[in-house]
Amino acid sequence: MSLRIVVCVKYVPDATGDRHFAEDLTVDRDDVDGLLSELDEYAVEQALQIADEADEAEITVLTIGPEDAKDALRKALSMGADKAVHVEDDDLHGTDAVGTSLVLAKAVEHIGYDLIVCGMASTDGGMGVLPAMLAERLGLPQVTLLSEVSVEDGKVTGRRDGDAASEQLEAALPAVVSVTDQSGEARYPSFKGIMAAKKKPVESLDLSDLGIEADEVGLEGAWTAVDEATERPARTAGTVVTDEGEGAKQLAEFLAGQKFI
Amino acid sequence: MAEVLVYVDHVDGAVRKPTLELLTLARRIGEPVAVHLGPGAEQAAAVLGEHGAVKVLTADAPEFAEYLVAPKVDALQAAYEAVSPAAVLVPSSAEGKEIAARLAIRIGGGIITDAVDLEAGAEGPVATQSVFAASFTTKSRVSKGTPVITVKPNSAAPEAAPAAGTVEQLAVTIGEKSKGTKVVSRTPRESTGRPELTEAAIVVSGGRGVGGAENFPVIEALADSLGAAVGASRAAVDAGWYPHTHQVGQTGKSVSPQLYIAAGISGAIQHRAGMQTSKTIVAINKDAEAPIFELVDYGVVGDLFDVVPQLTEEIKTRKG
Ligand SMILES: Cc1cc2nc3c(=O)[nH]c(=O)nc-3n(C[C@H](O)[C@H](O)[C@H](O)COP(=O)(O)OP(=O)(O)OC[C@H]3O[C@@H](n4cnc5c(N)ncnc54)[C@H](O)[C@@H]3O)c2cc1C
Ligand SMILES: Nc1ncnc2c1ncn2[C@@H]1O[C@H](COP(=O)(O)O)[C@@H](O)[C@H]1O
Repeated sequence: MSLRIVVCVKYVPDATGDRHFAEDLTVDRDDVDGLLSELDEYAVEQALQIADEADEAEITVLTIGPEDAKDALRKALSMGADKAVHVEDDDLHGTDAVGTSLVLAKAVEHIGYDLIVCGMASTDGGMGVLPAMLAERLGLPQVTLLSEVSVEDGKVTGRRDGDAASEQLEAALPAVVSVTDQSGEARYPSFKGIMAAKKKPVESLDLSDLGIEADEVGLEGAWTAVDEATERPARTAGTVVTDEGEGAKQLAEFLAGQKFI
Repeated sequence: MAEVLVYVDHVDGAVRKPTLELLTLARRIGEPVAVHLGPGAEQAAAVLGEHGAVKVLTADAPEFAEYLVAPKVDALQAAYEAVSPAAVLVPSSAEGKEIAARLAIRIGGGIITDAVDLEAGAEGPVATQSVFAASFTTKSRVSKGTPVITVKPNSAAPEAAPAAGTVEQLAVTIGEKSKGTKVVSRTPRESTGRPELTEAAIVVSGGRGVGGAENFPVIEALADSLGAAVGASRAAVDAGWYPHTHQVGQTGKSVSPQLYIAAGISGAIQHRAGMQTSKTIVAINKDAEAPIFELVDYGVVGDLFDVVPQLTEEIKTRKG
């Protein structure tokens, strides 16, 4: 039996660009360059490694996002995933975490899965909550924030490096996994991979395909409301001195003035 | 007055500071009721009561340690059902966010993560968040269902506000579904004896400029002279010079101390994401063009191997 892996990936505004909000206080995704969230590349990488170890496996990459989010899917396909599913619907604009988890849950059910792999957090919203929400909605074991993961004999095992302890975890499939950026560098797509990705199937789904009503998602359906977004005033330029032997003394003077010493 | 549930982060009954901050914020919205899971409730209750908890709901079960996250959600849900709170506040740790996330789904509430401030509003609690690597500040609220809000450490100064802190046993049934992820083994981290990174008033971090694991004692010595925690950039962590648990930034810890000192760190956007809300920022870097200098209150362009040890000595002398 083929191991069905679904990798959830997000298309995010480039963090090194000028990220901002649109007029309705949603993240502006039209006006800024986007890309496959770097943290989800780790998820794709681990899925590829798990698939390599399995007798037979199929990796589907899944994203919820605007038209441009296809770029994120193409990148994942060029890294080696087999097929892609794109959930796109105008009514999804402004969906929050709770709504996104509903759509992801319906979409993975539509695809069929043994293992769901997520990144540790998205680089824009950065909540790091969706994998746990997905596990909750699907009634699956949550094996999250792994810096090491493997799948064998219908079981997923992994290491979670927490603040207080490092834990070895184990769960039976099907399960939801998330991996951290400590799990191992993601591969670069090869030229061959990029060419092959162009021919790989990308299925598009809208809300009605998933049996979701428009009022369950989107800005109107959201469980949270952003009332205000203000640009943080640039930090007022501080004092910068060049060390010519006195740098440490000058700094100590500053720290003393601020009552730190 | 409406009750507000506060999930307690503790080590065997020793309550961690962020929980006391949560109690302080909770009092702005209603009456704090603490939820303490695991051992040590009596010990914790004294501190929790002192900081405003009218009640401490407690449960202890081996499942909390034997399985990941989900059993704790069962318990928090039981507390939610017992109290019908106006909001649920959880410390913004990795585990705290996961607990909050699952609770929100179960109770049909909305979730806000990583709040840095909280106030009462006409339509429920209003949370301040710092987004896009702290380049924006937003104010949000939960518009459907009970608000579940995770709050970052150092978001408020804990205030004493003596209340009863009466311990009450919470009846919890841990569902079969919550036993899906087994914790096969657990290796506790050794304590460094230094303050907890996210809770520390002062953080001293080293980056690639430190040049090697063997040089990190230079950073540690400065930290110790100030009673500070030690942080590191991802470059230093990836090079294996310092443990990942000390990484500051987007995929490490997010810190908000009174004073942040960056030595040999360039100030990439992902590093900024974890330290930009620090009150006072100081950098030591030999490259005058390093972006970190755009953020500083005080910067020294110089070699950290000259400046840092001299500074450490100077501080020691001044402190006598
Ligand atoms: C998805 C993603 C997540 C990331 N998450 C994080 C994160 O959580 N935290 C993080 O820190 N980074 C993170 N990064 C990496 C980040 O982009 C930078 O690569 C990293 O912060 C650089 O670390 P650095 O400043 O120590 O090294 P560099 O950028 O190499 O800077 C070293 C600095 O040290 C200075 N220097 C060298 N020698 C000396 C000396 N003797 N004295 C004084 N100064 C000296 C140099 O002038 C230079 O400015 C992330 C990146 C990505 C893509
Ligand atoms: N719009 C989305 N489409 C697909 N997967 C997503 C989406 N948003 C988040 N995810 C997944 O959930 C993880 C955590 O996201 P977050 O909770 O938003 O920080 C990401 O690393 C992705 O794997």
